[in-house]
This record gives sequence, C-alpha cells and structure tokens, in this order.
Amino acid sequence: MTTTARRTAVAAAAALALAGGLAACSSSSTPAASGSSVSAAASSKVTGTVTVFAASSLQGTFTALGKKFEAANPGVKVTFNFGGSSALAQSINSGAPADVFAAASPATMKTVTDAKGATTSTVFVRNTLEIAVPKGNPKHIAVLKDLAGAGLKVALCAKEVPCGAAAVTALNAAGVKLTPVTLEQDVKSALTKVELGEVDASLVYKTDVQADAAKISGVDFPEAAKAVNDYPIAALTKAPNSAGAAAFTAYILSPEGRQVLTAAGFQAP
Amino acid sequence: MTQPQPPAGPAPTALRLRGRARRRAQRVPYALLLPALLGLTFLVLPLAGLLIRAPWSTLSQQLSSSQVWDALRLSLVCATAATGLSLLLGVPLAWLLARTEFPGRRIVRALVTLPLVLPPVVGGVALLLVLGRNGIVGRWLDAAFGITLPFHTSGVVIAEAFVAMPFLVISVEGALRAADPRYEEAAATLGASRLTAFRRVTLPLIAPGIGAGAVLAWARALGEFGATITFAGNFPGQTQTMPLAVYLAMETDPEAAIALSLVLLAVSVAVLAGLRERWMSAP
Repeated sequence: MTTTARRTAVAAAAALALAGGLAACSSSSTPAASGSSVSAAASSKVTGTVTVFAASSLQGTFTALGKKFEAANPGVKVTFNFGGSSALAQSINSGAPADVFAAASPATMKTVTDAKGATTSTVFVRNTLEIAVPKGNPKHIAVLKDLAGAGLKVALCAKEVPCGAAAVTALNAAGVKLTPVTLEQDVKSALTKVELGEVDASLVYKTDVQADAAKISGVDFPEAAKAVNDYPIAALTKAPNSAGAAAFTAYILSPEGRQVLTAAGFQAP
Repeated sequence: MTQPQPPAGPAPTALRLRGRARRRAQRVPYALLLPALLGLTFLVLPLAGLLIRAPWSTLSQQLSSSQVWDALRLSLVCATAATGLSLLLGVPLAWLLARTEFPGRRIVRALVTLPLVLPPVVGGVALLLVLGRNGIVGRWLDAAFGITLPFHTSGVVIAEAFVAMPFLVISVEGALRAADPRYEEAAATLGASRLTAFRRVTLPLIAPGIGAGAVLAWARALGEFGATITFAGNFPGQTQTMPLAVYLAMETDPEAAIALSLVLLAVSVAVLAGLRERWMSAP
C-alpha cells in the first residue's frame, strides 16, 4: 500500500516533468520547422521564417530591427533566440536550425566558423563596457577601482561569455583585483541583479545600460577602451532559410540597420 | 532501517521459483514489449553517448583542477543540507496534510506540490523577490540580522530545498495515508499524547516512506540548476554547484563539460547503488 501510493506520486511527477519537457521542445522547434519549408526556388523573394541566434546584448535592437524587417518583407517572420554568445555558438555547432548568428565577440564566432557553420562573418558593431549601478548611483562609484571596495557586491559575467572576457581584460588593464559575488551566465542576468538591487554594481555593455536607463545608471571608465568587443554577424551555411539569412544579414549591415544600432549606443566598426 | 525479514525455511524460495516459472510461461505481448524497449533505449542511450564521447585520454587532466572538486563538494554538501531542511519542515507538513482536517486543506496540498510543476527558474525568481536583499522578507532579514541569502552557500541550500521538498512531502504523505491510523489511536488510548504517538508510533511506521522521499529530494537537489543560478548566483567555491559548472563549461569547452558530467553521473550511480537495497527496491 505504501509503495503503491509512493509510486503513483512518483509516476505523476515523472509524467508532469516529461510533459513539460516535450512542450518546451515543441515550442522551440516549431518556428524553425516552418522555416525549412522555404525553397531556394523563390530566389530573391524572401519568405518563411528567419531564425536568428543573437547575443543577449542585442535583444532590444534586434527585436526592433526584426519588426522593421518583417514590415519591409511581407510574409516573412523573424524569430529570435537571445542568449550568451558561447551557448548559442555551442547549440549552432550541435545542429540547432539557425539561419543567422550574431555574436558578441569574434572568439565565439570563430567556434562556429571553425566548425564550418559559416564561411565568412562581418563585424557590424562594436560595444564597450560600462559600470552599471542602480539609478542615482547610491554607492557613489566613480572609477573602476571603487568596485573593489569593502562590502560592495559586484556581479560580473562569467569569463566564458564575451562580456565576462571583456570585464577581465578591463580589470587587468586597470590593475584592479576584485572578487565578485557571482559570475552570471549572460550580460542580461548580470544587469538584472543590479536592477533588483541584489548587487551594487556590475560591468555590462554600454548599450545594456542605455536600454535600461529608467532603472540603471552607467559610469564610464577609461580602461573600457582596452576591452572593446567586436560583434560579428554571419549567415550560416546550414541555414534552413538561406535566402532569408542573406537578406536579414544584409539588412543589419545596411545604413538603416546601422542607424538603429548606433542610436542604441553601439559604435560603428 | 531494518527490512522485514522473510520467515526462515525453504517456503519463500519455492514460492519465488514457482512465480518465476509462471511468469515465463506467459508471452510478453509485443504491443507492450516494443514501447518498453524503446523507452529503455531512450533513457539509456544519452548516458551511453556521454560515455562514448568522453575524453578518456585527457580525463585526469580535465578533472585535476580544484574547481571541479570544489563544485562537487558544494553539490554534495548543499544537497544533503537541503534534504535535512526538507526533512525538518517537510515531515511535519506531510503529517498535517495527512492526519488533520482543516478548511482549505486541498488548496494547501496543491500549493505544496506547486514547486514540483513550476519551472525551477521561476522558483529562483520568486525566491529572489522574497528573500533577496531588496525582497519582501530579505530586506527585513538584512536590516535586522545582516543576513543576505543570495550569492551565499545558504542561498543554494534554500533554492534546492524549495524545489526538492515537495518530493519529500508527497512521498511522506503517501506513506502516512497508507499507514493504519489505528496504531496511533491505540497509543492514544494507552495515554500517549499526539506528539508522543507521532514520535514513537507513526515515525517508525513510515520510516521507509521518509527514506524514499529523502532520496528523491536529495537527488532532485543534487541536480538543481535553474533556481540555484537565478537565486544564489554562480561563484566557484561559494555557489557554483556541479550542474552550474557543467553548464558554464559547455559554453566554451564541451570536453570539460563531458568530464564534469561523468563525475556527476558516477556520483548518482554510486548513490543509487548504495541505497537501492534499502529504499528503492521494488517488492
């Protein structure tokens, strides 16, 4: 009797977990599957779904650009997968059905080109770091060295992702040794920790600070110039929708795309 | 815990043999056998893949960094502490749900099992909003005691207990419902208070259920990822448990991620093997 009741509970839990997993699978694969039906027969005319994997720091600008691209190309749908560049690169290399990859560092793009996932990539913007603090800068942080102050909680990106690698470069350039309380898996989660007030400061991209200006203030520091990140974009060789991939990449590199990106704080390459 | 000993003599062996013979005589219908084998393959194949793709030649090198063992130690300590916390709070909660009547009990039961269904990341966000430095309770904890849970090992324990405790509560509640309440009533007629009856009669009675629940909770806590990285953050030696280390290693160095996964797999197998006889054996 005991075991029966227990087994029922465990079975129910397992069934729920499985159902959840399957639901997650299907929701993420649907847009890609619908995009694969597009054939090259339509030559210049772009149709179907374009699946774009982009660094999380591009979330705001790319979402806006995707809307504009859809408006300019009726019948086309752009779906995004934003995340840490390295994780995205890994999933592309593992066969994720992506058309376009926009990374936050050449190093992560290189892992894709090395695996023959893309032949060429083009740097479309550059981004620099800034110290993100809660609105009004309550701890009066002025320079990078202030982050090493006693009792100050700092979140950095993990060194595995581009914003973390850039942070390490900047801190080394400034000769600042600091022990963060957490190493976040992407730049948005590092920023969120500041926004929620869980940490006092973080090193994030200038564009992220600008995008969240209502809750976050940014502090510039000179060493940021030593840790500028180039953002490469590439249409992927195994793109299910290669026409769409080429068109979206061209759109990002167009003057219109450039304008939206620079307005958000990115620098032209 | 002591297993019920089979009575001495040759009778049980003979019975078992006869049972086995009867089972063999019946043919297994293909409609059941095929999906069963598919299911087995589905569960085992990914693990086999892990073993096949493992970088055996560089394994010792991959696992030599102290960060790996820091993460493993942290995982084991935190999972055990989370199980302890779950036992401390979960067993009384299960008793309340199984043995008392109060209005809204069904709703309470649903609420208790909610973290079971909830994506752990959502749990992490919720914990951060309540127990974070600016959270509803966390702000007060910080001001009154100077306690901040996020980015601290205790935060990992909290996050793991949040997702693991429902497994224990469900398991123990099931055991309680199956246990005959008349033993407790008998204890009460002999003058035992309700607490004494619980301690001396109920607890020993449902010990296997508690054990099974504790194993489930421990396993769930060991594998916890979403709530931990959201609520407790990620810092080696402080809050970076094995699943977090695997995830971050996967971003740049899949071989290291496979090596770490192997360690976690070995630990899981060892724990299951060690406990199988006691708790997990099916009758």
